[in-house]
Order: sequence, then C-alpha cells, then structure tokens
Amino acid sequence: MLRISNISITFNPGTVNAKKVMDDFSFEVARGQFVTIIGANGAGKSTLFNVIAGSVISDSGSIVLDGEDITLTPEYKRSRHIGRLFQDPMRGSAPGMSVEENLALSAGRGGWLSRVSKADRRDFRERLALLDLGLEDRMKQPVGLLSGGQRQALTLMMATFNPPKLLLLDEHTAALDPATAEKVLALTTRIVEEGSLTCLMITHNMQSALALGNRTVMMDRGGIIFDTAGKERAGLTVEDLLVRFRNASGRDLSSDRMLLT
Amino acid sequence: MSLTLLQTALELGLISSLTVLALFLSYNMLNVCDLSTDGCFTLGASVGAVTAIAGHPWLSLPAAMLAGMISGLVTALLQTRMGINSLLAGIIVNTGLYSVNIAVMGNTALLNLNRIETVFTKAKAALEGSFLSGQYKLVIAVIAVAAVVLFLALFLRTRLGLAIRATGNNPDMVRSSSINPVFTTTVGLCVANSVTALSGCLLAQSQKSVNVDIGSGMVTVALASLLIGDVFTGRGSITLRIFGAVLGAFVFRLVYTVALRLDMPAFMLKLVSSVIVAAAIGGPYLKQQLPLIRRRLAKFGREG
Repeated sequence: MLRISNISITFNPGTVNAKKVMDDFSFEVARGQFVTIIGANGAGKSTLFNVIAGSVISDSGSIVLDGEDITLTPEYKRSRHIGRLFQDPMRGSAPGMSVEENLALSAGRGGWLSRVSKADRRDFRERLALLDLGLEDRMKQPVGLLSGGQRQALTLMMATFNPPKLLLLDEHTAALDPATAEKVLALTTRIVEEGSLTCLMITHNMQSALALGNRTVMMDRGGIIFDTAGKERAGLTVEDLLVRFRNASGRDLSSDRMLLT
Repeated sequence: MSLTLLQTALELGLISSLTVLALFLSYNMLNVCDLSTDGCFTLGASVGAVTAIAGHPWLSLPAAMLAGMISGLVTALLQTRMGINSLLAGIIVNTGLYSVNIAVMGNTALLNLNRIETVFTKAKAALEGSFLSGQYKLVIAVIAVAAVVLFLALFLRTRLGLAIRATGNNPDMVRSSSINPVFTTTVGLCVANSVTALSGCLLAQSQKSVNVDIGSGMVTVALASLLIGDVFTGRGSITLRIFGAVLGAFVFRLVYTVALRLDMPAFMLKLVSSVIVAAAIGGPYLKQQLPLIRRRLAKFGREG
C-alpha cells in the first residue's frame, strides 16, 4: 500500500544549521496494516509523517501510495487519500464554523457550488450519533464550543469520512485527559477496524503501542531500529521494548517523556 | 435632521456598504486585510466612468467588476504564488493601481460625468412619474446591495464558500486537508475586489465625477463600518453578520452626517474612521491587559 524508498531529507541545507534528519530511509506498509510507531523525541517520527503527507518534500528517493508515485504531489492533493490527525485537537477543525459545516467540508460532496442537503444532514447526524458524544444534537453549534476530546473525535470522523487509503495519527490522544484519551483511542480502533484502514500511529504510550494495531516500529535518529509483528510482537512486554531500545541505540529510553505503563 | 440628509446618508451608506461587504469576505472570512481596497475602489470608479462616457452606462457595472476581479487576482497571485506577505501584496497592488487608474482615465486625474448617461440617469428616466421618482439613487443602491447580500449569503454556504471560510478560520487545518488554500484565497480575493470595484463605480456615477483619490482611505472607513456592524451581529449566523456589515456602514454614515451637522469639518472623516478602527481592534486587547496594568500600577504605588 505504502512504499517509501531511499528517502533523504536535510533541513536548512547549505547553512550552518544543516541537519540531516533522514538518510536513505526505506519503509513499507502492507494494505490493512495498523502500525504503531514509537521512539524518542527527534527520532524522525513526525518527519516521516510530514514526508508521507507532503508537508515536507524529500530531497531524494520516492514515495508510492497504492501504486501511485506521490513523491512530488502537493499536500492538498495527497489529502484526498491520506487522513491525518495531530496532537493538538484545535488543529483539525475550524472553530468558527458549525459541526455540520466542518463535516460538509470533509465530506466534499457535490460540486464547488453545491450546498448541504437534507440527505447530507441526516447522514451526518447518523454518523455523529455513533461517536456517542451527543454531537448529533449540536450540529449547528460552532466547533469552537466543543471540548478538546469532542473536537479530536470529530476530527477523526472528518479524516475518515471518506475512507482514506492511509490514516496518519500523530499522538492524537496525547493532549487529552486520560479518560477522554481512552475513549478517543477506542473510537480510533473501531473506525480503523470497521473500515479495514491502513493506519500509522505515533504514540508515546508503550502500552498502547503494543496493545493496538498489528505491527510496531521503533525509530531512532531518522531510522528504524526495531520492527516487529505477528507472534514475536504478541509476546512482547514494555520491558522487552526498553531493552531492545537500549541494545539498538546504546541509550536509555526511560529518560525521555515516554509513558511506560 | 432633515429627510434629505437622512436620504443622502442612506444612499452613501448603501453604496459604501458594498465595500464593507467586500471586506467582510476578505477580512472577516478569509482573514486577509486587503490593502489594495483603496486602489481597487478607484479602479472600479474610473473603469465604470470611462465605460459610461463611451456610451454604455449599464455595461459600466460588469466592466468595473471585471477590472476589480483582475486586481484581486494580481493581489492573490503575489501572496499565494510569489510568497509576498499579504499586507505587502496589497500595498504593492495599491501603489501600482494609482498609475493604472490615471491611465484608464486617459492621463488625467479627474473625470466629469455631469452630462454623461449613467446608471443613475437611466434609473431616473425609467422611474419618471412613478412614486419612486425622487428616490432613483436609493433604488439603484438598494438593488445592488440586495444582490450582493443575497449572493454572499448563498455563496458562503456552498462548498467553495465553506472552504474559503475554513482557509481564514483555521489555516493549519486547511494546510493538511484537501482544500487548496491558493485556490480559495484567489477566489475569495477576486470576488471581494469585484464587489469593491462595483462600490467605486456606483459612488463615482452617483456623485457624477471621479478623481484619482476617490478611494483613498476607503479600507479604513470600510473596516470601521465592518467593526461597528460586528458590535450588533458579530455573534450571529453568517447571514445575520452580512446584514450587520450593511447596518454598520449605514450607522457609520449616519454618525458622520450628524457630526457634520454639529459643525465637524468634512475632512475629519478619515481621522474618525481611523480612531474607530484602532479603538475597536485595540480596545478588547487593552481590556484583557487591564488587570495586569492595575497590578503593575498598584505595585508601583506601594514601592514609589
């Protein structure tokens, strides 16, 4: 589904601040895979997402999504096939517009001059009801009035309204309180499973990195130092992950802001 | 206040409310302060005047709007395709338009429309003998404003309109969505500037003259009206806020007319609008800072 081949990225090339963040990086994800990604700060996790989504264009190498070379495709065009959630719940929806209007944007139905129809409204209502947050009765309210958790759940729904070929979750529950985070995470699992979506999820929670999805990747210094799936992964504990990290990188992971439990 | 004065205030308020509606789109919706507004207003006035002088009073309206659209396109291209800061892009276009406007008027800074057929003389002739014959200016202004209000109210609810609003409301979201901000910004500025030009075209024809400074300070005057309108309807629905923009323009004109009656010299208009804009935008900020300022003063008092 996703094939990244020999990507290299240097930030601020040709200056004293030049920093090689990825060098000859390759990575492949099969259709229907749900990959959790862990790693210390500055490991290149978000850069990986940026380069997949198109907010950063790589200096060399290629990215192929579902058979289509998207290496140089602008971000907004990739967004038709790639859904993305950020840590900041304020980032994924327009606060001054109503729930319904936000949904209409992500649904993207009809021509540029089409308006929200009654059928659309009914559809939005039914889908919102599935979130179980009472949003179906607040469709006319501005999104700015919703809580962080509600907004993130709405963003998740918007990103998957038309099932994307690839869903990128960049620590999308890290800014929420634990109870809400759990709810949004459960919702994520459900949406990914129901749509059999291909999904990459960055997390700092080692427990959920192992509990969710079917493959776990550990990144460090712009590369992958550990990649596990299937039976081997099923037998892993958080402690195992920490040992593997130390062996592969020669540093301790626990000094970072990683959540161990 | 006499009825004639009120009527003039209403006519001028309505004609300038078109510029306020344009800024409602660019400033309130797209979150771009379009500083090419002054030049674009004059562009609409001069293109409209020249078309009317050429003997096509009705054609002057679409001609002015087309000219405004092109001006908006240039402003949009500068900021979206050439990486020029949006304020600077507006200033650059505004400066360039000064020369363009004089060129359009045929190397002169002043055009007289006294004996020219305009949309207003056409309307006057058409309404001759009816009960509205004295209100021909008002009729034209009301039709123009109603058309633009209706258009905006419908347009801002279309998918394209929603995308334009999102571009101004949350650029972060739009950047990582399938909306192309270059496209939405361009469309928004083209539409806004065509309405600004229409406003200029109508003002020139209603006062039967154009000079190259007709649009000077228009952006501040219109912003002041827009902010006054926000006081009434800022928290309402989009449609309500559109009406608020028109209401703001009228209130601004009314206050100005009253001030003139109270012997305020006419040249004060621009200072008044500057003060209104500064106070309306700066006021909430100062209000927010007030507790801190009080604490600092108290500390200063104790120690001093």
